[in-house]
Amino acid sequence: MNDVHVDAIVLHDAVVLYGAHPALTGASLRIGRGEIVLVEGANGSGKSTLLRACAGLKPLVRGEGRILGFDLRGDRAEVRRRTALLAHRDGLWADLTAIENVQVWARLAGAEPSEAASALGRMGIAGPLASRRVGAMSAGQKRRCALACVVVRRAEVWLLDEPHSALDAQGRDDLDALLVGARAAGATVVVASHDTERVAGYADRRILLSGGRVA
Amino acid sequence: MTGTLSTARTIAAKDLAVERRSRVVVNQVLPFAGLVMVMFAFALDDDALASRVAGGLVWLAALLALLVTVQRSFAVDAADGALEAIRAAGADMRGVFLGKVAALAVHLLVLELVLVAAAVVLYRVSVRDPLLLAAVLVAATAGLAAIGCIYGGVVAGAGGRETLLPLLLMPVAAPVLIGATRATESVFASGGATAAEGWPWVGLLAAFAAIFLVAGAMSFAALVEE
Repeated sequence: MNDVHVDAIVLHDAVVLYGAHPALTGASLRIGRGEIVLVEGANGSGKSTLLRACAGLKPLVRGEGRILGFDLRGDRAEVRRRTALLAHRDGLWADLTAIENVQVWARLAGAEPSEAASALGRMGIAGPLASRRVGAMSAGQKRRCALACVVVRRAEVWLLDEPHSALDAQGRDDLDALLVGARAAGATVVVASHDTERVAGYADRRILLSGGRVA
Repeated sequence: MTGTLSTARTIAAKDLAVERRSRVVVNQVLPFAGLVMVMFAFALDDDALASRVAGGLVWLAALLALLVTVQRSFAVDAADGALEAIRAAGADMRGVFLGKVAALAVHLLVLELVLVAAAVVLYRVSVRDPLLLAAVLVAATAGLAAIGCIYGGVVAGAGGRETLLPLLLMPVAAPVLIGATRATESVFASGGATAAEGWPWVGLLAAFAAIFLVAGAMSFAALVEE
């Protein structure tokens, strides 16, 4: 099933509802392994929903979807294990330190807790800052910490929703280098962003969403 | 992702670490539970009556403390989307459930020990059978923690969860409350109850705990799903 020749993401006529509101209205797309794809579109065009559907969080009410060959309806557990979603919220525990947060994700992913420091270091968080409570960090530092949690998961597909938000110039550069490095290591990276020119600089291609469909 | 026990250990350690840092249970829930016991003593204003109903008051205060503790446990996970991130990561949700139950049980056990001590002081009862007390605390705590995590998970993403949780949880916890009260009356020898009368209630509490632990572990993934 997990064949390297299988596309990373395939959606066909995917419809996803938010309550009674259709957020994806028949989206179809195909993303190959090892690609960095920029997803762009206006507010409400379905970018976040697309990522959440690909992560197996939002069910398809119509259409078909496969992630790394795994069916989004029948194999959601496998899909979730192989994807890492960075949503608008960081998914951190404010009372824990940065290193403790990343260690939790390392343990859940079956990685060595020692990998947490390395992941944080790649996002520019080291020394005393790594031992600071997340609740006492700036929004940008929290975002870096959340990205380190993605790194330590070692996922095959990265689904990043506005990952550059709250990051300073250095943080944005660090993130860009991280994504290019992830592609070189074989990961597929899907980035929904309004910072289009920056991501387009290293993305393999762009997808424009409009009204819940690929334009 | 790792197996059930490993996930449970990670989640329990995380929840206990959060409490070590925030001290919400120690600094807020514990005084709240103590205040409830004091208020009961004032409201009853009758030593004989208070010692007769001490077992029930301990567990009623424990139930109120459970509501606050469960709210806190899941609010911490929901605040920045961590519970959703755990789901999205494909973590073993049985392990997540059991880990949260374990951490909640530790918090509850501490609370209950303080409540029993408060009953001894305020309601003038004495612990006649420490072994029975230990068995009651363990069995009732396991049941309450399991029920708390089942319904904490159900309402974690719901609007109005602060009011929804008591509405859902209290009817289901009623059998545990009744069993724990009867068994604790035997511990205190309230109304002439003997230790021998308490042990069947412990058996019932253990059965409830087993049912809710298994049911929670089997259903938690579906309960926290959108």
